Amino acid sequence: MTKSNKPIVWGPFAAGGTLTAFLTPALIVLTLLAGLGQVPEALSYEHLHAFAAHWLGKAALVVVIGLSLWSAAHRFRITAYDLGVRADALVAALVYAGALAGTGAAVLYLLRI
Amino acid sequence: MSRKPYAREISSEWIFRHPRYLRYMVREFSCLFIGGYALLMVVGLKRLAEGPAAWEGFLQALQAPASIAFHFVALAFSLYHSVTWFNLTPKAIPLPFISAAHYAGWVALSIALLWMAGVS
Repeated sequence: MTKSNKPIVWGPFAAGGTLTAFLTPALIVLTLLAGLGQVPEALSYEHLHAFAAHWLGKAALVVVIGLSLWSAAHRFRITAYDLGVRADALVAALVYAGALAGTGAAVLYLLRI
Repeated sequence: MSRKPYAREISSEWIFRHPRYLRYMVREFSCLFIGGYALLMVVGLKRLAEGPAAWEGFLQALQAPASIAFHFVALAFSLYHSVTWFNLTPKAIPLPFISAAHYAGWVALSIALLWMAGVS
């Protein structure tokens, strides 16, 4: 039997798809309110900094950002194929690398908080 | 070497052949906005790490018309992602009321999150 790396790619996609289905709309509402001048308490510097300074807050942010980016990357890859882009290996390498880079950047910034 | 493999013609016009295909594509394109929003969060963390002044600058930048427009479009796509995702749950977890349970959990979690974030 040939080994497949599909579960490794697909697992975080399913997890990210579920997480973003539950969370992303509410998160977007938070920054939308801030954009409309009604900054929610949690987005004040003091509150958000305290949240991100705690290891639990850091972990939550990395999980949300990492899984969102991964599931978006995977879906983008499949969509590119559906739209006729046949360079799948290249697309896959680019989008997964991008997701990992974004997650790595988030970790880096969080370590400075 | 005279091997000439058959290359099927590829195009993307199929998505307009049926409303169902178009809805599928809209669902798939939600990934651009969910990924884009995650990147916005990464930028936010960068600004947060740079200190109070940088964070205030980030909050100011959120008020730009382009940012507001992005938020409305991203919200619409992310809601569509949630609905399509929860509608598919019976395929993954074949239990009665599993979609309804997910919708209820989604609403409860969203309200709890907004409440905890201090939105009144």
